[in-house]
Amino acid sequence: MRRDELALDVNGEACRVLARGADTLLEVLRGQLGLTGAKPGCENGDCGACTVIVDGAPIKSCMMLAQEAAGRRVRTVEGLAGTAAQQAFVERFAFQCGYCTSGFLMVAQALCEAHPGADEARMLEWLRSNICRCTGYEEIRAAVRDAVARAKAPAVQGTEPVASASRQG
Amino acid sequence: MDHAVYRKEAFEKVTGAARYVGDYETPGLHHAELITSPLPHARIRSVDVRAAVAVPGVRAILTGRESAILCGEVLEDRPPLARGRVRYCGEPVAVVVADCEAAAAEAAQAVRVDYEPLPPVRSVREALAEGAPRVHPDLGSYRIAQQPVAPRAGSNVADHAKVRRGHAPGALAKAEVVVEARYSLPQVDHAAMETRGVRCEILPDGRIELHTCSQAPFEVQKAIATYFRIGVGSVVVHTPLVGGGFGGKAPVQLEVIAVLCAQAIGGRPVKLINSREQDIAASPVGPGLEARVRLGATRAGRLVAAELEYWLDIGAYADSTPRVARAVASACTGPYRTDDVWCDVYCVYTNHTYGTAWRGFGHMPMTFAIERTMDKLAARVGKDPAELRRANLIGPGDRTPTQVELNRNLLGDLPKCLERARELVGWRGRGVRGEGEDRHVRGQGVACFWKTSSSPPNATSGALITLNADGSVNLAVGAVETGAGTKTTAALILAHRLDIPVEQVHLHMDVNTLVDPEHWKTVASMATYMVGQAVLDAAEDAVRQLKHMGGVVLKCSPEDLDVGRGRVFLKDDPDLYVDVKDVAHGYQYPDGDSVGGQVMGRGAYIMRHLTLLDPETGRGMPGPSWTVGAQAVEVELDTRDFTYRILKAVTVLDAGRVINPAVARGVVMGGMSMGLGYGSRECLMYGDGGELLSNQLRTYKVMRAGEEPEAYHVEFVETPQKNAPLGARPIGEHGVLGMPAALASALSAAAGVELDTVPLTPERIWRVVREAGR
Repeated sequence: MRRDELALDVNGEACRVLARGADTLLEVLRGQLGLTGAKPGCENGDCGACTVIVDGAPIKSCMMLAQEAAGRRVRTVEGLAGTAAQQAFVERFAFQCGYCTSGFLMVAQALCEAHPGADEARMLEWLRSNICRCTGYEEIRAAVRDAVARAKAPAVQGTEPVASASRQG
Repeated sequence: MDHAVYRKEAFEKVTGAARYVGDYETPGLHHAELITSPLPHARIRSVDVRAAVAVPGVRAILTGRESAILCGEVLEDRPPLARGRVRYCGEPVAVVVADCEAAAAEAAQAVRVDYEPLPPVRSVREALAEGAPRVHPDLGSYRIAQQPVAPRAGSNVADHAKVRRGHAPGALAKAEVVVEARYSLPQVDHAAMETRGVRCEILPDGRIELHTCSQAPFEVQKAIATYFRIGVGSVVVHTPLVGGGFGGKAPVQLEVIAVLCAQAIGGRPVKLINSREQDIAASPVGPGLEARVRLGATRAGRLVAAELEYWLDIGAYADSTPRVARAVASACTGPYRTDDVWCDVYCVYTNHTYGTAWRGFGHMPMTFAIERTMDKLAARVGKDPAELRRANLIGPGDRTPTQVELNRNLLGDLPKCLERARELVGWRGRGVRGEGEDRHVRGQGVACFWKTSSSPPNATSGALITLNADGSVNLAVGAVETGAGTKTTAALILAHRLDIPVEQVHLHMDVNTLVDPEHWKTVASMATYMVGQAVLDAAEDAVRQLKHMGGVVLKCSPEDLDVGRGRVFLKDDPDLYVDVKDVAHGYQYPDGDSVGGQVMGRGAYIMRHLTLLDPETGRGMPGPSWTVGAQAVEVELDTRDFTYRILKAVTVLDAGRVINPAVARGVVMGGMSMGLGYGSRECLMYGDGGELLSNQLRTYKVMRAGEEPEAYHVEFVETPQKNAPLGARPIGEHGVLGMPAALASALSAAAGVELDTVPLTPERIWRVVREAGR
């Protein structure tokens, strides 16, 4: 089985991987780079659990060949640290089992960057790409609303590191 | 307890650090790929693996011929790989083991199976018809793994559970009003976002190591030990964080195949993960339900009798459905008072994907049948549907169908739940035209539910506590973290008892049967109840040891001491104390000499006073308490195209005591979302030939963002349960139970027709309206 060397830019680091032509970005991220935050949920684009950000846009990494990602900026949940989206997901209890969470977070992060202050309709349009089976979506929408609002008003962003916030009044 | 506490694993879950069973990949890990049946019912003439074995990297190919094992939690009716015949679309027929995923996939496609199609049994009705094909010609010869179960040889009936209380036919004959209705509800998928999967390795000494996303690692351990004839202790099962279960990860299935795979390659490690298509088609689903409900009442609407027949569409194999049947039987009337109750619940084999536990253990479809019939009774006697329910609610002093005399402790406060649900939905009880655009009609529906555990009478749980040198505490429990916050709740209960911040309780998210105390299964909403009891028991043990050490240090009797806030202190003089950290690993005197050792608490719990149900009358105690509640839905139906919006969804349930409010609310809301999904769009659909049509998330549709109710209202009534940890009643499944019924009743009110099945798509509503000639 022929594998070709591929240069990828993942979370700001230059990575070299060996990939078959048919390998998806999801398979390479997980199998070769150990970045298992992106999850396989359906591997045909229905669920969004594998969402990563490629050149600023949320992409279902099960639908992109690894080769197509060469020369583009790939970001995974492992590349997020102390973002408003992560903090909001914790504070709003926007996950239960956590399996879909990385995908939703990457959609939320891309939305914050592309449309800070996005309105409810746009937020919903973006969130419909992904599936959560545990929550009733209310919590996820509340978290994304918070994150988007904080993205619009950078003055109050990240005043408290995520890891120190363990309780909510 | 009053403020929201984040899940212990919250930060792992927002950083990608949380690891699930499929997230582990090591050099030398082999991959297995299933070959599944494309036909619902067929004889296997031959399996040709010649082309498949030639694929580079293939190490082994197994079919049903290589093993004589028959599996089944209750009735051993299922070969791990089909043997001689296939009984459902998606049934595993063979498995390929290769050195990488791509090779396994390529080889799986090269396996040629020659089938001789047999006539499929496509529904419960067909299964029970005269001369129906037998799904299991050998039904009479299967070994019973767990009583009770009553398979009927020579038929498609795998089991029959009965309730006989009073004389329902006689009471119905005398009743002033009788309503009868039939329902047909489809199978339902769990659709957990993580598909089912397992890794297995067999060590040189024969020990079987399994890593599986199971809700029941200790049951996996026992099942594997039984099937492979080795000691239970020689099977070690590890379960990391689980990506959603909902009952679908309670059964044992892929684990058996994975052990066969590992055996075939000399014990080397192998990984078997379901694709989404396999997870829906090959692994078990929630049973469908056919129901015939007859309710007898007075002209004033007081229930006097119920005659109930429920047929579970269990698909090709029985799995845990005989236990589901008994759970349905024990709750068969819904939470209503009726003196004469006859109920028959049948597990019926069909050539559908086989059934297992699904959130609510059969109560969701059963509740649909009862609640829709209550609406029909209300219409017949001219009563408001909510008022009719209120007047018939079961209460303290009444007896359940299985003849348990209820009290407030066992039952909670259902009237209060119903009253509050009516307030929250703004109950009007009938269809209302919208203002302005008059093609929009609003409708409301209400439903009540109850559920107990229906767990084995000997279900156990345990907890182990070890103290750290800084006074913090490690807690080991055998319950799995599937997302419901079980581990965090256990930590909260311990923190509460020891009066320390929850941050000082450390626990591991995985379960390892080699070191963690046994916990029956993380199912039936029982984890907090059972684990909590064990945790409190373990805490008592640790406290006793701390007091003993405190007595040594403080030169007093242990009875004089109390433990809290990191100190062992004198009750009547709290300023005289020793820090827990200074006695946690023994106490060292100033001269260096020491006494005592590490403080370790152990706790155990076993169900108390539960009994198996009598096979003839159903009499028996099915669980330690009933969680009750009321739900309501308001919809706005567009009468032009029958699309609708869900404006409000309400749940009020008696939680006994809410331990972690945000988590409790989230779990209930998630249940509501799932119930509304089943009511509005989810359906395992089979074609005319019995083939499964909905094996992807684009054809098996679940709720997406924006499809949820415009407002969720979740409230808790708190009637503490005396024999439960901190008084907390089970709540994990209950949000789902009455939602499909309440939605159907709301849409029925809005459309002016009787909508008696799910999913209620606009097309289905349109068809019913058209047939009614409206």
